[in-house]
Amino acid sequence: MRIAVFLPLLLPLLAAWGATPLAHRVPPRLATWLLTAAAAVLAGCSTVALALLAGTAALRIPLLADLERYSLSVVARDDPASIWVALAAGTLLTAATLAVGRVATRRARAVFATHRHTRALPGSDELVVVPDPAPEAYAAPGRPGRIVVSTAMLDALSPAEQDALIAHERSHLAHHHYRFLAAVHLAAALNPVLIPVARTVGYTVERWADEDAALAVGDRPVVAHAVGRAALAGRATAAPSARPALGLGITPALPRHAGDVPRRVAALLTTPLLTVRRGWLLVAVGVVLLAALGTLEAQQDFEALLELARHAVTR
Amino acid sequence: MSSPPEEPSTPDRGDRRAPGALEKQVWSVLLAAERPLTTGEVRDQLNAQGPPLAYTTVVTILGRLYAKGLLTRTLDGRAHRYAPASTPEGMAASRMHQALAGEGDHAAVLASFVSDLSDTDEALLRRLLGGNG
Repeated sequence: MRIAVFLPLLLPLLAAWGATPLAHRVPPRLATWLLTAAAAVLAGCSTVALALLAGTAALRIPLLADLERYSLSVVARDDPASIWVALAAGTLLTAATLAVGRVATRRARAVFATHRHTRALPGSDELVVVPDPAPEAYAAPGRPGRIVVSTAMLDALSPAEQDALIAHERSHLAHHHYRFLAAVHLAAALNPVLIPVARTVGYTVERWADEDAALAVGDRPVVAHAVGRAALAGRATAAPSARPALGLGITPALPRHAGDVPRRVAALLTTPLLTVRRGWLLVAVGVVLLAALGTLEAQQDFEALLELARHAVTR
Repeated sequence: MSSPPEEPSTPDRGDRRAPGALEKQVWSVLLAAERPLTTGEVRDQLNAQGPPLAYTTVVTILGRLYAKGLLTRTLDGRAHRYAPASTPEGMAASRMHQALAGEGDHAAVLASFVSDLSDTDEALLRRLLGGNG
């Protein structure tokens, strides 16, 4: 337990570091599933590890020892974690529980509100056009989900780009992307180290919808332009209107600090990722497995300790 | 931590305020008002929020929004009074916005097509799209 219990606590750091490079090397749909699953398992494992560490502190409470009939001296002798580490783990565990409760209630209320308001949107068309000088477009989940686009957004785009935009939002609704986001936000609430993973999934679901839109309109540069011009429409000066020389396969190298929108546009202007880099897949699966094994090992050690302490009393 | 921190959007201030930004400001003033406003009243409200604007600037912006069909206007004495042209869609969508802003979890439920751009992202995007502005 001395080492195993710290594996699930340290591996989320690796996930936080590796999420972005993985997102740029694995097709977006797979990346979304992989990162969401990894975040969920890692958050669960790190929480169990904290609970086990905090549990070793709880074992030292004399009243509990009397009630459960185990030997305090055995626990004190064989306890794998110092009391300070155990107390720190208990504090973190309490904070994580409170945070996840807060995020879960807030998210549930927001989902409920969205569903209620989506039903209240007039008409029965999937697309709802609202008069608004701000260029806006979003998918509101519900039964059925609706796509809300402002007049300013439609004005900023050509008819083909409008189709791309609507196909993009339709993909969000069809694949329930907000569920992935909810899962990673809850994971990040349990373990804040996973916040970069949650942010990366925010990017991969947009990429997923972009690629779906590219399939739907059959033209990747059109989707790239829809994304780019929609983003620029919210800015001061006018968006570029002419179709530049694209499709030459020349894409400016992106600097490291580039944001999500330029990255999405650049990804659409290059050829799609068809082959999966196996190495990244193996690393991702390996990290998750290692965390799970570490947690299992720590849990078994904890039970063994308890067993030993019980045995010492009955003897 | 609940959700990744978002970059605060910095409203443009001063005379070099972007036309789009001003349109949005005028629009939100009219949305917040409970009755149609005259040009002077709109300007007073805007000046309470930021640096003073010329009367003609406000006239131009109101005219532009009216031309786009976003506003209705009525003649009151010698001045026009402006109000948001309310469509059922617009009313319902802005109600949804307000409700979710209250929940503080807006971005997560309504997946926006594009997020806010930083200045460096804007320059990068213009280079990617090959337009010079």
